[in-house]
Amino acid sequence: MKTKHWYDYLWLWCIAYFVLGFFNILFAWLGMIDFMVPLLFAIIGGNKAFCNRYCGRSQLLTKIGIDCKCSRNVPTPRFMSSKWFRYGFLAFFMTMFGSMLLQTYKVFSGAKTLSESVKLLWTFKVPWDWAYQAGSTADWVAQFAFGFYSVMLTSAIIGMIMMFLFKPRSWCAFCPMGSMTQIICKLKQHEPIL
Amino acid sequence: MKRLAFVDKNRCVSCGACMKVCPMGAISVWRGCYSVVDEQKCVGCGKCANICPAGCIEVKAREVIA
Repeated sequence: MKTKHWYDYLWLWCIAYFVLGFFNILFAWLGMIDFMVPLLFAIIGGNKAFCNRYCGRSQLLTKIGIDCKCSRNVPTPRFMSSKWFRYGFLAFFMTMFGSMLLQTYKVFSGAKTLSESVKLLWTFKVPWDWAYQAGSTADWVAQFAFGFYSVMLTSAIIGMIMMFLFKPRSWCAFCPMGSMTQIICKLKQHEPIL
Repeated sequence: MKRLAFVDKNRCVSCGACMKVCPMGAISVWRGCYSVVDEQKCVGCGKCANICPAGCIEVKAREVIA
């Protein structure tokens, strides 16, 4: 039996994030931690310590997939871990992230009004108005929270589907954060990225 | 027959799933780039190959050194 470390419980953080955002969307801003920390590890430390140790999402997927036996545990389709698919998905994800930032800017500049909804899988608009009291903060702050929560929930849903269908951590094969940090690490070590 | 895990470095996504399941502490992620196997420690159990989301680990027979 391996000794448990404090970071082996970060799957609780993953659950807490979604619960908090369900009740108050402004908590979605905390997701910036999951966005910045992996990049800082990669840029400063030249490692993927976040993926390797601290990623609560991968821990949760492993828990549900292995401990709760919810994963079929069959090999991930090979194309999903190919470079073109991984980098392609990273590009798509960043484009969608950019579009989310643009929406935030539009609300900031007054060109658009705040939309109290969460967009799932970049397509389905789900009302989420109970999680925000209008006027409690600047509209763009709330718009970013709704947008960021959408990004987090969408990727969690894809991760769950992948976990059910294939290996518990199949999402990791093309997780945009994983791809991005690996590219940074490889560039630092002068390893080929293609 | 003695066995050993082999990593396809080019396909590895360096997620570290293998490192977490290895009972011998024989596999680690090298500077965020790919996993490397410590041949001295690996017993060829195949747990890493089973968990790998990229399917880039294969357990093969060790080369016999005469």
